[in-house]
Amino acid sequence: MGLLELSCLDEVRRMDKRQLYYQFLNFAMIVSSALMIWKGLMVVTGSESPIVVVLSGSMEPAFHRGDLLFLTHDRSEPITVGEIVVFKVEGRDIPIVHRVIKLHGNEKGAHFLTKGDNNLVDDRGLYAPGQMWLTEKDVVGRARGFLPYVGMVTILMNDYPKLKYIVLATLGIFVLIHREN
Amino acid sequence: MHSFLSRSNTIFAFTLSVLAALTFGCFLSTFFDANQADVILRSGKAQVKSVREMGSSGERSDLGYLTLDMKTNMNRIFNWNVKQLFLYLVAEYKTDKNPINQVVLWDRIILRGENANIDLNDISPKYYFVDDGQGLKGNDNVTLTLYWNVIPNAGILPHIGGHGQHKIRFPDEYAPSTRG
Repeated sequence: MGLLELSCLDEVRRMDKRQLYYQFLNFAMIVSSALMIWKGLMVVTGSESPIVVVLSGSMEPAFHRGDLLFLTHDRSEPITVGEIVVFKVEGRDIPIVHRVIKLHGNEKGAHFLTKGDNNLVDDRGLYAPGQMWLTEKDVVGRARGFLPYVGMVTILMNDYPKLKYIVLATLGIFVLIHREN
Repeated sequence: MHSFLSRSNTIFAFTLSVLAALTFGCFLSTFFDANQADVILRSGKAQVKSVREMGSSGERSDLGYLTLDMKTNMNRIFNWNVKQLFLYLVAEYKTDKNPINQVVLWDRIILRGENANIDLNDISPKYYFVDDGQGLKGNDNVTLTLYWNVIPNAGILPHIGGHGQHKIRFPDEYAPSTRG
């Protein structure tokens, strides 16, 4: 391990000021590309959260904790019953992924009731006190695509914040030190 | 070039690339599937009662009673990219209060490997058929359709409506209440 550190730092020592600036620029390019992709996805899908990780087991056996969901929110298309929607209850920040089981309304707007596939009762207990229905403004997006297991990384990093800092710091240092020959 | 770290890094990166390519192939191979099936739906004994929903402002709502018959075979929809089918029976109708009403009366989860032949007779809905208002009495166009949500191993989540709808008609009078 000691030898490895020396060989990495050798490269850094060989860099002049221009090279060092280049390394930082490289790092900044990576960060801003990631940000652009994320914001671009937000625009294309129309959802403020185009990719979410399933946090609870309330939709098993379809979605397990750690699965990834791709959301869109095309506001011109009305929500229909049976769709899996991701919504946030007013005042709370946690997105909930459940299925719409009842819907009443007209072309201008609808109110609906949701329930998790694995839950025995509907979500009225989860809504704000006195709230009987959800409306379109509570919806963050509709689940359109699914990818298993990939979201486990996010759950691990949220449960162990030290792990998140270690990973980010290691990646950052690696990008700054490494030089493409 | 041949240190342990660089070798494990290469192997790890290659594993991830292969997994990603396989997953993408899995998704693409079933992207254009129609996932259609024919459904035979029947119903019997449609009745309406008037109830007061708890938690509401005390307004009365219509509660529909009926029995259902359902016959369909979902076996040909299952392939290597279908993890589960979520079947749900939807009643769609119009009322004066709400032009659009969609209520799930019954649902079932079929996992890959389970018997996907549905042959149910004379079952009751799984969930209460309560209207947001009093629009079921005398409603002569309540359409029942069986939908299913295909949950893939990786890919899109389509909702498909089965061929074969069924229309039910609720009577113009409330059924007598069992309580006074």
